[in-house]
Amino acid sequence: MKRRMFIKQLALAASVAAIGMGSTSLYAQGKTVKIGVLHSLSGTMAISETVLKDTVLMAVEEINAKGGVMGHRIEPVVVDPASNWPLFAERARALLTQDKVSAVFGCWTSVSRKSVLPVFEELNGLLFYPVQYEGEEISRNVFYTGAAPNQQAIPAVEYLMSKDGGSAKRWVLLGTDYVYPRTTNRILRAFLKSKGVADADIMEEYTPFGHSDYQTIIAKIKKFSSEGKKTAVVSTINGDSNVPFYKELGNQGLKATDVPVVAFSVGEEELRGVDTKPLVGHLAAWNYFMSIKSPANTEWTKKWATYAKAKNIAGHKDRPLTNDPMEATYIGIYMWKQAVEKAKSFDVDKVRAAMAGQTFKAPSGITSKMDEKNHHLHKAVFIGEVKADGQFNVVWKTKGPVKAQPWSPFIAGNDKKKDEPALMAEKKK
Amino acid sequence: MLTETFTRLYGPKGWIAFGVAALVVFVVFPVLSLAVPPDSAFHVSSYWVTLLGKIMCYAIVALAMDLIWGYCGILSLGHGLFFALGGYAMGMYLMRQIGREGQYQSDLPDFMVFLDWKELPWTWWNTDQFWWAMLLVVAVPGLLAFVFGFFAFRSRVKGVYFSIITQALTFAAMLLFFRNATGFGGNNGFTDFKRILGFTIATPETRMALFAVTGAVLLATLLGCRYLVTSKFGRVLTAVRDAETRVAFCGYNTVHYKLAVFTLSAVICGIAGALYVPQVGIINPGEMSPANSIEIAIWVAVGGRGTLIGAIAGAGIVNGAKSFFTQAFPEFWLYFLGLLFILVTLFLPQGVVGLVNKLRGKAA
Amino acid sequence: MKTLLLALLLSFAAAAAAIDRAAVEKLATGEADERSAAISALVAEADPRAAEVLSALAEGEMQTVAGKDGARRVLIVRGEEAVDAVTGEKVTPLPEEREDAIANNRLRGQIEGALAALKLLSPERETRLEAVKQLAAGADEALLPLVQKALAKETDAGIRPTLELIAASLAMKSGTKEARVAAIRRLASSSSPNSRTLLAAAVNDPDEDIRFEAQKALREVQASLAWGERAGLLFAGVSLGSILLLAALGLAITYGLMGVINMAHGELIMIGAYTTYAVQVLFRGTPYFDWYLLAAVPASFAMSAMVGMALERSVIRWLYGRPLETLLATWGISLMLIQAMRTLYGAQNVQVENPAFMSGGIEVFAGVVLPWSRISIIAFAALVLLGMWLLLTRTRLGLFVRGVTQNREMAACVGVPTGRVDTWAFGLGSGIAGLAGCALSQIGNVGPDLGQGYIVDSFMVVVFGGVGQLAGTVYAALVLGFANKFLESWSGAVIAKIVVLVFIIIFIQRRPQGMFALKGRALDS
Repeated sequence: MKRRMFIKQLALAASVAAIGMGSTSLYAQGKTVKIGVLHSLSGTMAISETVLKDTVLMAVEEINAKGGVMGHRIEPVVVDPASNWPLFAERARALLTQDKVSAVFGCWTSVSRKSVLPVFEELNGLLFYPVQYEGEEISRNVFYTGAAPNQQAIPAVEYLMSKDGGSAKRWVLLGTDYVYPRTTNRILRAFLKSKGVADADIMEEYTPFGHSDYQTIIAKIKKFSSEGKKTAVVSTINGDSNVPFYKELGNQGLKATDVPVVAFSVGEEELRGVDTKPLVGHLAAWNYFMSIKSPANTEWTKKWATYAKAKNIAGHKDRPLTNDPMEATYIGIYMWKQAVEKAKSFDVDKVRAAMAGQTFKAPSGITSKMDEKNHHLHKAVFIGEVKADGQFNVVWKTKGPVKAQPWSPFIAGNDKKKDEPALMAEKKK
Repeated sequence: MLTETFTRLYGPKGWIAFGVAALVVFVVFPVLSLAVPPDSAFHVSSYWVTLLGKIMCYAIVALAMDLIWGYCGILSLGHGLFFALGGYAMGMYLMRQIGREGQYQSDLPDFMVFLDWKELPWTWWNTDQFWWAMLLVVAVPGLLAFVFGFFAFRSRVKGVYFSIITQALTFAAMLLFFRNATGFGGNNGFTDFKRILGFTIATPETRMALFAVTGAVLLATLLGCRYLVTSKFGRVLTAVRDAETRVAFCGYNTVHYKLAVFTLSAVICGIAGALYVPQVGIINPGEMSPANSIEIAIWVAVGGRGTLIGAIAGAGIVNGAKSFFTQAFPEFWLYFLGLLFILVTLFLPQGVVGLVNKLRGKAA
Repeated sequence: MKTLLLALLLSFAAAAAAIDRAAVEKLATGEADERSAAISALVAEADPRAAEVLSALAEGEMQTVAGKDGARRVLIVRGEEAVDAVTGEKVTPLPEEREDAIANNRLRGQIEGALAALKLLSPERETRLEAVKQLAAGADEALLPLVQKALAKETDAGIRPTLELIAASLAMKSGTKEARVAAIRRLASSSSPNSRTLLAAAVNDPDEDIRFEAQKALREVQASLAWGERAGLLFAGVSLGSILLLAALGLAITYGLMGVINMAHGELIMIGAYTTYAVQVLFRGTPYFDWYLLAAVPASFAMSAMVGMALERSVIRWLYGRPLETLLATWGISLMLIQAMRTLYGAQNVQVENPAFMSGGIEVFAGVVLPWSRISIIAFAALVLLGMWLLLTRTRLGLFVRGVTQNREMAACVGVPTGRVDTWAFGLGSGIAGLAGCALSQIGNVGPDLGQGYIVDSFMVVVFGGVGQLAGTVYAALVLGFANKFLESWSGAVIAKIVVLVFIIIFIQRRPQGMFALKGRALDS
């Protein structure tokens, strides 16, 4: 065993060396192309976003090692918008006008995306947005590689309503008070109503940002769930508050077999800080889980582990974790590469046209396709139950990729919307 | 009389510098940005225009802060709130200006549509009128500062206590504005503005106009503050800073002075906020976070308290450094910034201006 | 179903020979409904092995490998050891290509219920007690005959009432009208949330008598549950108060007594939490893991105290008497400390596990669980408070600190080394912040931003209580904790926080000296 490892490492070292030598000759002409990386490395969002920056850098290193994009070496420009939303807009403008990047990979929160959106539209830039979000937006300058509500929230609720999910009849919609939970819960409420759930059987509850004391909320959930019928909790609690929420949940003995909690913002990374033994069976819905069994995923997680170790990435070097937004980032950068090669140009308009219908074999084992029109990915939905080791067991998945519905049919007036970005001319008038 | 005032404000050298600044803001920048072709080396890109516009807004805030902290000794850690309130008032007007061009082609702002609201809350009354929005920009921060200041100064809350309760105030306001139910767009705040006074907001011309207006307000605020601090009023303020009890025993009602300057300072912040929003294109509750307000104090400390030019310099240095470092050393910029604050407070109690003066004194 | 359970009862009497291979295979690899049926079949198998197989699935220890004839062979894998699920033989070596057999909540619930029902007949009292506790939270009605059987045999006074309740709740759903009315009356005396669920359903019964009885019973149950809820709220208030107290105690020394506006206070808390994490990592994998907190407490105190003293010596010392400038400098320090943690441990949270004795909770009323972690923190806060009080009132250092705060010049004149006392006092305050971090790591997340969430709250507590007053800090923390929790249950968390802040602002404006003021004649402070 040991010897085999040694040989593997030797081979790896040799290949790295070979690539290193190769790259010098490959880029002899010194042709480079710049891309922007716009993720917060400090401030409140650093906890989630830092790793996406590293994912981009890993993909870039990989692409460069294989000859770059159309013979151009990718040069990533990393900036830190510091979880400060106006600073996002400023940095985006700098990336597009000063550095003249061909595409930008970045943003996590909706507000950061909303902040940079006018800049990208004005300067006709290209943004790849890798996080699940509330939908209700299609911009011609953005490609959304995360999930829209129908690719995450609605399948999860359907699952909980099914016999396998426990046939839930009463619902607690719990979230942090910002736009994503509000919109998602509005869509879910309409969806539940369409399935015959009465208003009295739905409880909506919001907590402020950074809320850390969930005693009262959990008492409320307990009370609500004892008032009749099987209850399930849908949690859109934002990243940082999840640890205290789940710790309290575990300690108060609210078990998944009694009241399952399904979360849309909790993945491997968020559970890193939590002892998951009391949480076994609680659920999360994503388009990717680290525990998915597919050759593509095995290779990808291995790659990440090696990269994290090589780059000495704090936290990940000891315990490498991959999650859904990382996968979405990775898909995004490869699709951009493919589109550039198809368009044979870095020109934004040409690349945008070439993006339509691009496919990529994602680490989740599913071949994701960029929709021809609506700038969102077709993605498969997985529902996972928390395991004692902080990973997820996939207990349900869609048959194949699901097309995104950025304009949710459960919001009034959306039926008239076009499933594609408005044209510039139309917008200007 | 007039000349007397002139000479009181600045000496001849000062006025020349002032004229040069005006020339740069009103002539050099517009020409370089609008008339020079984009591929020329002298062209000023939209990035620089918005960046400098933003920094000028911050400089106005720094002046307001210097007025009460540097001259009156009151450290308010709630100035971010007044700034944001002015911004929100302007933001409401800009949101209404979008009209039916939002995602939902509704008369209501987008965020209200997807919260399923049917009509505008009362706070939005008349905000489609520019004059009303401008009135709010001035009145809301002013009124809040007046009421808050009235109770605080009357019960002689001072020093650190005042700092901490103003911090609590801005923190409470931030939580309030974060709530979606409050009706100001929650965490997302206002974005995606389309036009101001009928002009499309994302054109170089509008941007330049906003830049020039900001520059004008900055210079006017500078003169106004200079006028104030060199007047009798200003001297009483300084006296309050240095020995409040003694001033009170001399028969001055210090509460009135403090209240007046606190309110004025809040109003200036509100105006700066109103100028800031159309230029950066977003206003949200993050502006009210206590950290932002502390930063305002830091600009003033870095530049030099009690000198107006220092406040402006401080805002420029800190924000310029921030913009530069977040790009050049994204992983390390907080070390630089933190170190800057420590070194300045330890070794430059008079700020950068104090340092310059000292060096000049040595040279002379 | 009933016959099945009868067979299940028999299982304890007669041990069967082998378990059904087909059922085990279905259990591991079948469709959802097949697997559910397989559970029933296996319970009926009446073999201790069946129970083992079921619990292996529930615990996630079941795996399958390719068998000889295309079928899957089912294994139970624990660590590096595997046994065949059907035969119980050891399988060596461990096959390479294994696949997990995954249980979802539905199966897990079914298995847990069935296993608990089996345990009701166990001769061990502890096992039976555990089983009734589990079933009291809600049991499948098919288990009724089994429960009745157990009830007939049960004599233990600690178990019997709960068992009666379970029987009643199961009878509620089926049976004759008389039986149901009797069951409803029995449920009226219970205070379990599950009874409310059952009665709430019975309130809409077509039979009028049952409806009437159910309404009456529901009122009684709700009244007793309401007491539980109130008690829970009270505990939540004390718990939040103790956390605020811990976070603010350190500041009560550095700011309250010494007058240093330490904006890096939150980061000293954060350092304490990270130290706890580091200690935990050292203990991981050793048999002493559950006791890592014993080492983490002094370590986090020492670490934060050291950092605090270093800060005092290098920066803060030069800024005494200039409080507002201290504020700015310490703000800079806090930025650097946060970024330092990001560089060292990464921007993401680190995992701090509760020791076993601190996870879970104690159920004082039905439905009200008091988590051990929170109980421990309340006790810990009390201990820290006591320790600090003793230190300040009973030791020479405490005397010096009080002397220096009251009159620095005079203290210096009588030979107190004021400079050194400052350093020690600041170290003490910082160390206590570190202890707070150690405690907070048990209930919240440990990340670089940890301290930012507590800094405003800590200042509020100290100012509200009255600067320079330890007792004031204690009262303020408790008052704010209660106020927050009571408002929260009534108006939601966001409004509660805002109202509390506004209340503090108004309070300070009315009484700038806080709840408890130092008496003095000075016009300026």
